[in-house]
Amino acid sequence: MSWTWFHKLASPPYVYALAARLTPWFAWPAALLILGGLYAGLVLAPPDYQQGEGFRIIYVHAPTAWLSILVYVVMGVSAGIGLIWRMKVAHAVAASCAPIGASFTVAALVTGSLWGKPMWGTFWEWDPRLVSELILLFLYLGYLGLRAGFDDTQRADRASALLAVVGLVNVPIIHYSVVWWNSLHQAPSVMQLGKPKMPASMLTPLLMVLLGFTLFFVALLLVRLRAEVLQRERSASWLREALRA
Amino acid sequence: MRSAGLSAHSGPVAVAAVAVSPDTALRAPALTAARLAVSRDLTLAFRRRSQLVQPLAFFVLVTLLFPLAISPELARLRSIAAGVLWVAALLASLLALEFLFRDDAQDGTLEQYALAGQSLTWLLFAKTLAHWLLTGLPLSMMAPIAALSLGVGAAALPGILVSMVVGTVTLSLIGALASALTLGMKRSGALLALLTLPLSLPVLIYGARATELAIAGNAYLAPLELLAALAVLAVTLAPLAAAAAVRISLE
Amino acid sequence: MKDFLDMGGYAAYVWPAYAVTLIVLFLNIAWARSALARAIAGARRRLGAQERGT
Repeated sequence: MSWTWFHKLASPPYVYALAARLTPWFAWPAALLILGGLYAGLVLAPPDYQQGEGFRIIYVHAPTAWLSILVYVVMGVSAGIGLIWRMKVAHAVAASCAPIGASFTVAALVTGSLWGKPMWGTFWEWDPRLVSELILLFLYLGYLGLRAGFDDTQRADRASALLAVVGLVNVPIIHYSVVWWNSLHQAPSVMQLGKPKMPASMLTPLLMVLLGFTLFFVALLLVRLRAEVLQRERSASWLREALRA
Repeated sequence: MRSAGLSAHSGPVAVAAVAVSPDTALRAPALTAARLAVSRDLTLAFRRRSQLVQPLAFFVLVTLLFPLAISPELARLRSIAAGVLWVAALLASLLALEFLFRDDAQDGTLEQYALAGQSLTWLLFAKTLAHWLLTGLPLSMMAPIAALSLGVGAAALPGILVSMVVGTVTLSLIGALASALTLGMKRSGALLALLTLPLSLPVLIYGARATELAIAGNAYLAPLELLAALAVLAVTLAPLAAAAAVRISLE
Repeated sequence: MKDFLDMGGYAAYVWPAYAVTLIVLFLNIAWARSALARAIAGARRRLGAQERGT
């Protein structure tokens, strides 16, 4: 099996050009899926028999929560790759992920709380999922804070990469302990939908937004990746050509 | 000059310096090097005994805040005692982290350790052990006394001691990793807390639960076992990660 | 239409949730694009300095 494609991905000029070319291929489908999915979820899906129209928040909460975790995993994995193989591009990917992931974690917390008020009667519940999201936000902030503490990009890359990997390993441990803690004190999470199975009219918009948000993340990542790659290139003849474009 | 810092010390300190020498003829076996690293740190720490008391004093002070802020009723205090003790312990050990690497990073000892023929992981484990003996262990012994002031019955004290001992080991190790990551940063206090606390949450959850059960007179083995599992995980992985972090900062 | 906006009484929760999400989406787009613009400007500056021999 030829690994040339992997080696190509280590080359900043290649990645820079590739990212620029690929962005529209993710951005436009993302826009269509998100807008279509949200419309379907708001208008076409029938109301839930238990939560009425309030359940429609799932079409914004589920994708933001999903993204907050997906982005952290991508961040941790690319950070690990950057550490092991000393790839600048991998570190650039990790650095690009952090602000995206943090913003979606905030969105997940806000939408989760807004969903909580009509369902449980309070804006905040020490529900294991919300608490885990909050801790995830602090993991992102810690990563960003550590990065910000270094002037030298290379040291910032490597130190924050180690933190990201440690964080990734700890996420299951932390989540398990939060679930355990929560089970001691109250009934299991109420964040369910009325029916155990979702009909297609409810499920399809959900799948649309989940996919749409994921593609959106990739498009954002590609844009930020170009910026991060540029910042890590000091000299480089390829810059002259690339910037002319 | 880097090595001037080491040669200014005597006794176990100088011997430890030789033990980690890159010169294989002089190098001591790993266990000896670790033992010497521990005794070096303990000796140096005892020369500044007053600093050792600070985290303890902070712990007691924080525990004191709660009765003043909430209520002097012992019954009420007993119901929140487990949480108070653990939060105070967490914050006190955060404060104590400053002493772990600060001096060694400044005088070049850490660099010597990294360049040594010995495994940096092993040496950092030794340093963390010494640090725990100086901070975590005294904290654990202080906790039962603080618990008494919060209306806890004497029967619960062994349980509190045991859970604190096991928990503070993990806290020291997590703290060592976070300290290693922020090595050389000025005013890293808030960042250190931001990095350490989320990783310490499982310890807080299980430790507080074990303490709570002990106070209520119930069996506390289940959370204690989970606490011990975390400690084992931390002992195996944290020094390794901390060594990687130290190398990154010395690059 | 009014029923739709009312969201079965949950309007105060559903619409802010959607609004926040859309705001986050747009902020991300703006933020990413400005980061790229700044990086390009920075790279141009560095390149210019190099070519001038500074």
